[in-house]
Amino acid sequence: MSNRKLASGIKLLSGVAHPARWLVVLALFMAIGCEGTTDIERLRQEMYNQSRFEPLEKNSFFSDNRSSRPWIKGTVARGHLRTDAHLYTGIVDDKPAETFPFPITRNVILRGKERYNIYCSPCHGYDGDGRGMVVRRGMKQPPSYHIERLQNETPGYFFDVMTNGFGAMYSYASRIKPRDRWAIIAYIQALQLSQNATLDDVPADVRQRLENE
Amino acid sequence: MAQLFPRGSNAFARISIVVVLVVVGTGLTILLNTNRLHYTTDVQVARKQPVPFSHKHHVTGVGLDCRYCHTSVEESSFANIPPVETCMTCHSQIWTESPLLEPIRESYRTGNPIEWVRIHDLPDFVYFNHSIHVHKGIGCQTCHGQVDQMPLMWKVNTLNMEWCLECHREPEKFVRPREEVFNMAWTPMDERGHAVSQALLGAQLVQDYDINPSTDCSTCHR
Ligand code: HEC
Ligand code: HEC
Ligand code: HEC
Ligand code: HEC
Ligand code: HEC
Ligand code: HEC
Repeated sequence: MSNRKLASGIKLLSGVAHPARWLVVLALFMAIGCEGTTDIERLRQEMYNQSRFEPLEKNSFFSDNRSSRPWIKGTVARGHLRTDAHLYTGIVDDKPAETFPFPITRNVILRGKERYNIYCSPCHGYDGDGRGMVVRRGMKQPPSYHIERLQNETPGYFFDVMTNGFGAMYSYASRIKPRDRWAIIAYIQALQLSQNATLDDVPADVRQRLENE
Repeated sequence: MAQLFPRGSNAFARISIVVVLVVVGTGLTILLNTNRLHYTTDVQVARKQPVPFSHKHHVTGVGLDCRYCHTSVEESSFANIPPVETCMTCHSQIWTESPLLEPIRESYRTGNPIEWVRIHDLPDFVYFNHSIHVHKGIGCQTCHGQVDQMPLMWKVNTLNMEWCLECHREPEKFVRPREEVFNMAWTPMDERGHAVSQALLGAQLVQDYDINPSTDCSTCHR
């Protein structure tokens, strides 16, 4: 009930005997009081759910109901211009790169291991043999990383597979940042070395111990 | 002059005071605790989703890491709900005929998003950030419970201010080594794998990670 209605209500009552008039006015004020709480209730609700959008919140303004709008093709966010072709495309001189775009340190390989175990091991297995958990549940089996063809592939080729997908394997570009993709490749190369090591690769002191066993 | 009130009135007056106190007290207690009731906080309440996605199947069964789907939890305030492409990396190949997955396939074809029902939703006047908690060694499990056992998602904590502060005041009761944040079955142990008390380990980690959560109002209400 609005205040204007209240005013006209009081006017209407001006003929009625005194005590009764005041009782009715009191009742009307109490009615406003009640309305007041619902106002507060609504304001409280608006504080809980403000007119801004959380990530992925529904927005019926757009026909697809998304408040998070897809990227418009060709836009570049400030500071995100990707000029380093080697780092971002894995292509050098129109060929898959044969080198890494940054030095590979122990920390890079450890980072690669962590990312590999999150994103690749479900299908390719922890040691890269292509028999991960999902494959055992019916996924197409990917080739082992330890076959000769993949052992001789360049880092740039692996980068391309992750970035653009390959056959039944989807692209991982939206989930793994370029630097992490290179780190994963470094780790895969470490896996390949580990699976194909010969006794000659073992440091001399350790080899002595192994031969004695 | 005759007595206005019979003798019993005294007792009645005394009892009525007690009754009023009890009634008002109970009323206040109920009022002040409504925010803690499961009924208001939705704790332990599973919601029907457009696709009955089971964390139990995918985390315990298939062995997926949280980050396979919740990609931005390490570096952003928002953990991210995966797009259907993520589901399709597997479900384009397996369970391709499952009627339960039809909404996923349809969304992938048409581009219309799946409307998941939110389970955890703080009021908009509260600021929360996942990345700081992940980097300071608070496990997903500490706040979200045994997600790996949930056939449908539910909340295990109220997300009340009281709950946030419980930890911001005494983080040593909850921190764990950073490497174990995503581990759903972690128990306090030292580097060699021997069980230790949380009190001991927590105090050490709070020092190592320089943990000092703020309880200033402006930390969470900005
Ligand atoms: C969901 C399962 C799955 C995941 C996860 C996955 N792959 Fe694959 N991958 C496959 C399948 C299936 C193939 C075989 C594709 C085909 O031949 O159609 C494949 C093939 C490959 C190949 C071989 C391409 C060739 O020349 O034969 C490479 C390299 C590869 N994946 C790298 C990766 C890397 C790196 C990751 C982690 C970022 C990864 N994959 C994650 C399923 C997966
Ligand atoms: C295969 C992808 C996938 C994996 C892996 C995954 N989740 Fe989820 N998660 C989802 C989807 C899809 C939803 C939304 C549907 C729902 O709420 O069940 C979700 C919802 C959630 C929510 C509730 C979001 C809300 O509405 O408030 C939490 C919390 C969560 N996941 C935590 C985890 C944790 C912790 C892990 C790791 C143990 C994990 N998830 C692993 C896909 C995944
Ligand atoms: C890494 C592979 C993988 C990903 C990614 C994945 N799933 Fe699954 N999903 C599986 C496997 C394997 C099963 C079979 C469960 C089992 O055998 O325990 C399954 C089963 C299911 C089922 C039950 C199907 C039925 O008919 O019983 C549903 C529903 C489902 N997934 C939904 C999803 C959704 C939604 C997503 C995306 C957020 C998703 N999955 C992502 C591997 C995956
Ligand atoms: C300190 C407590 C805490 C920790 C630790 C935590 N979460 Fe959350 N999580 C929350 C809260 C609170 C929300 C609700 C956020 C909101 O409404 O803005 C949430 C929401 C989510 C959501 C829904 C999407 C979103 O970001 O709002 C997902 C998914 C999720 N968490 C996953 C995870 C995963 C995976 C981890 C482990 C890496 C994790 N959370 C660790 C408290 C926590
Ligand atoms: C289990 C413990 C725990 C819980 C529960 C928890 N926090 Fe935290 N929170 C921390 C720790 C630890 C830090 C890191 C403090 C530091 O920087 O040293 C932190 C930091 C933060 C920060 C960043 C502070 C800054 O300086 O920028 C915010 C914001 C925050 N928490 C909000 C919340 C909110 C909101 C909730 C409840 C929904 C919550 N937290 C629940 C442990 C927790
Ligand atoms: C660690 C994070 C955190 C800090 C610090 C914090 N709050 Fe809160 N506050 C919350 C959360 C979370 C809620 C939402 C609880 C809910 O869902 O009702 C909240 C809710 C509130 C509300 C609304 C209660 C309601 O019934 O709607 C008020 C008022 C409030 N806080 C005041 C304060 C004041 C004053 C301070 C400083 C002394 C403070 N808060 C510090 C996290 C915090």
